[in-house]
Amino acid sequence: MENEMIVGIGGAAGDGGASTGDNLAQTCSRLGLHVYVYTSYQSLIRGGHSWIRLRISPQKKHNVGDQVGAMIALNQDAMDRHLQELTHGGICVYNGDKVKPGKAPEGAQLCPLPVFELAGKDALPIMQNTVALGALTQLLGLEFSALSSVFEHTFAKKPQVVKLNVDAAKAGYDFAAKTYKQIPHPLRKTDAQLAMVHGNNVLAMGAANAGCKVYCAYPMSPASGILHWMGAHGPSLGICVRQVEDEIGVANMTIGAGQMGVRAMCATSGGGFALMTEAIGMAGIMETPVVMINVMRGGPSTGLPTKHEQGDLNQAIGASQGDFPRIIMAPISVADCYDTMEEAFNLAEKYQCPVIVLSDLLMSEGRFSIETSHLDREFKIDRGEMIFEDDGKPKSYYRYKDTPDGISPRAIPGVPNHLYVSATDEHDEDGVLISDVFTDPVIRKKMVDKRARKMQGVVADYAKKLKLEGPENADVTLVTYGSTWGVATEAVERLNKEGVKANALSFKYLLPFQEKEAQAILGKAKKIVVVELNKSGQFARHLRAEAGITAHAHIRKYDGEPMEPKHVVAGVKEVLKGKEVVEVQSLEPGWRTPHPPGPGVLSTTSTH
Amino acid sequence: MATATLPARDAKLYKPEVPPDWCPGCGDYGVLTVLQRACGELGIPNERLMVISGIGCSSNLPGFFRSYGMHSLHGRSLPVATGAKMANHEMTVIACGGDGDGYGIGQGHFIHAMRRNVNLTYIVMDNEIYGLTTGQTSPTSESGMKTKSTPFGNPEGQLNPIALALAAGCGFVGRGFSGDINHLKSLYTQAIQYPGFALIDVFSPCVTFNKQNTFGWFKERVYKLEDKGHDATNWNAAMDRSKEWGAQIPIGLFYKNPNPKPSIDAADPALQGEGLAKAKKLGLTVEQRKKLIQEYV
Ligand SMILES: Cc1ncc(C[n+]2csc(CCOP(=O)(O)OP(=O)(O)O)c2C)c(N)n1
Ligand code: SF4
Ligand SMILES: [Mg+2]
Repeated sequence: MENEMIVGIGGAAGDGGASTGDNLAQTCSRLGLHVYVYTSYQSLIRGGHSWIRLRISPQKKHNVGDQVGAMIALNQDAMDRHLQELTHGGICVYNGDKVKPGKAPEGAQLCPLPVFELAGKDALPIMQNTVALGALTQLLGLEFSALSSVFEHTFAKKPQVVKLNVDAAKAGYDFAAKTYKQIPHPLRKTDAQLAMVHGNNVLAMGAANAGCKVYCAYPMSPASGILHWMGAHGPSLGICVRQVEDEIGVANMTIGAGQMGVRAMCATSGGGFALMTEAIGMAGIMETPVVMINVMRGGPSTGLPTKHEQGDLNQAIGASQGDFPRIIMAPISVADCYDTMEEAFNLAEKYQCPVIVLSDLLMSEGRFSIETSHLDREFKIDRGEMIFEDDGKPKSYYRYKDTPDGISPRAIPGVPNHLYVSATDEHDEDGVLISDVFTDPVIRKKMVDKRARKMQGVVADYAKKLKLEGPENADVTLVTYGSTWGVATEAVERLNKEGVKANALSFKYLLPFQEKEAQAILGKAKKIVVVELNKSGQFARHLRAEAGITAHAHIRKYDGEPMEPKHVVAGVKEVLKGKEVVEVQSLEPGWRTPHPPGPGVLSTTSTH
Repeated sequence: MATATLPARDAKLYKPEVPPDWCPGCGDYGVLTVLQRACGELGIPNERLMVISGIGCSSNLPGFFRSYGMHSLHGRSLPVATGAKMANHEMTVIACGGDGDGYGIGQGHFIHAMRRNVNLTYIVMDNEIYGLTTGQTSPTSESGMKTKSTPFGNPEGQLNPIALALAAGCGFVGRGFSGDINHLKSLYTQAIQYPGFALIDVFSPCVTFNKQNTFGWFKERVYKLEDKGHDATNWNAAMDRSKEWGAQIPIGLFYKNPNPKPSIDAADPALQGEGLAKAKKLGLTVEQRKKLIQEYV
């Protein structure tokens, strides 16, 4: 853990904490330092409390980490809530003219800044953030030039603003240098070429790189970032972007576009996804390729609009009436979000079915450093069996031809001599309805079988095979899906260091399931512990249903905040003591209620 | 769309092998026949046509029309059609369905599709009843009407789709009658050629479940706006005419925006070249990728 630092920035929404965090993150990534950012915030536009955590390290980290080593308190509330979380040797930077210090935990350093003096009496209140950021940059051992270059980049069109910020930051930097002690292991730059991205940016850019041409959405946190990216970039990239009246319209519009022959995508969160469900069945029976992202947040219903949870697996599996094949995948990291887009569109077109991608708030709204080389890659495009032109030969074309693999070549509307009507009613190979005839059990069975048969090839096509991480013969095997991979792998490292032999298996592909691979690996596991972020153990149940594997124990979290390595480590220890279901929780004082309300807590504007 | 300049084609070319299976005498037969003739008159090749419906008796139409088609979900023809148009704006897209489909379950999409002004033609076979589900009240059922779901008379108000369309900014608003085929055809050809969203509400009697609004009932009441000197470029006049219901019910072109703004598909920067569905090379170019990454470093 040497050389890594977790920084917390606390303040009210509207205090500018977000841009302070962004600037720090960008400064680090420019220095080749990896950053993992997670923001706990309230569903408020102004006021309330928000707590941005940045885990900064020369090595790539895949979770928010456990304990804060440095913090900026932008207001009194942040000071009161979070000071006690500091590690030994930690630092707390704050505006000494405005915020009263709390009692620092042992070994921690309080670093008040005379902001009026440093930024000038007439400076805007927001300048306190810049002064604090300058001071923190110094105390973490970061180069000032990296921070000033970030201001130059951000305010490229406003040189006076650049100067104001650089001067204020420099004042904070110099003051800290002569007044306070740097952290014990200052951060040093690396040669890595990094970009700072939100998961939603990566999903959107991945879709664009995969050739998505039509994107539809209705705003819903935490998926709106994808819409914003598309809105900003779609016009210049040749992507048609529509904000639709509701998610029912979104799903239907996306499927209309997919049916017409483009790669089409939509994204939402659980509530919007619920409205899309009837249309998912339409894509199933019309065999329309379409990619649908559900960025999970805390549910049910409106639930926790700004909080993290993995509670929509059951919904994704069960979305829409009837029995039809679909593909469901949950990327495990921000880098994987990019790769997932390549795969999702290819599989949707190859197998002519809906592909549901389960992201979550942690990944979609978190900000992460990523190697630029990972993004700068041409995707492999496999559109499956498609007919773009009429070869002029006489033929009888059946859109839903019953083939050995169940996949029927798909003519793009507009091609002569291939006319067909796709119906949501059951139909025959030619697309003619059989729903109105007296009865036709033979054709009905044939068409259901044809659609189901398509899935036989999918598992073999998956880009990632299942692989255990950690030592082969472990006493404990942690099993996760989606973004929880990041915390499980680190917990495994720590457990092994502490003498508990552990390894981890993470699932990205949820349907069709890698049943055989899972059985081969987990069949040998001594103690299977499913780690997931919901109450009822949706993934554990899925594992049992799909692979006949019953976990021995469970570690679950559903309090809205992400899981940290310490939660998993503690959970495993409980399991080893014999506990079957361990429910872990974030218990830091700043996150507990009741607590003093922030200054703007009466504000009622919400973000969902 | 340059469809007007194409040579006329035989209406039979739009008849598929599958014959319609509506009840004998259903108004929807007329609606279908006229659509086949109108497309013939405009000479639109079958493969350039995409006909999209929802669910209902009327929504079975794409299955009885020779073109590309989608028979989508109840109430969803308009978003599906909008997506289709975005994906290939070179196609002529016609959406169709019933009064329950468009004005009931799909009413939210109806308003927004008009506001959005997608270049497509929307034909509503308005029989003032839910036909396929065997005769329940619909949003256009008259108040007091006895149906299976309102055996003591419909207690609710009747929706006025013409006024609603005008209010929602629809640039082409017409009403036809399945009992007057030539009049209806002219509405269709104008609507298809109109460069924006065009609504045609068609009285298309359900002979099985609506014993009130029959062919005879409409024949006695309908008059043509064209015969009364109505100025279809005058929105206020159109709004006034839309209120008429009772002994005299107008059909014909209520309103056609004389200065229509470009439709959303015509204005979309992504849709300025050929249809998106025709793109051969997919994905970002090297330059596009580099530029995007630059935003994050
Ligand atoms: C979501 C959903 N709800 C209900 C139905 C049942 N349903 C099918 S058609 C229909 C109404 C049909 O009325 P209309 O649209 O006026 O068409 P018509 O049959 O009169 O031509 C209903 C309620 C359905 N298919 N889907
Ligand atoms: S039930 Fe009515 S609408 Fe349906 S086909 Fe028969 S007559 Fe036509
Ligand atoms: Mg009807």
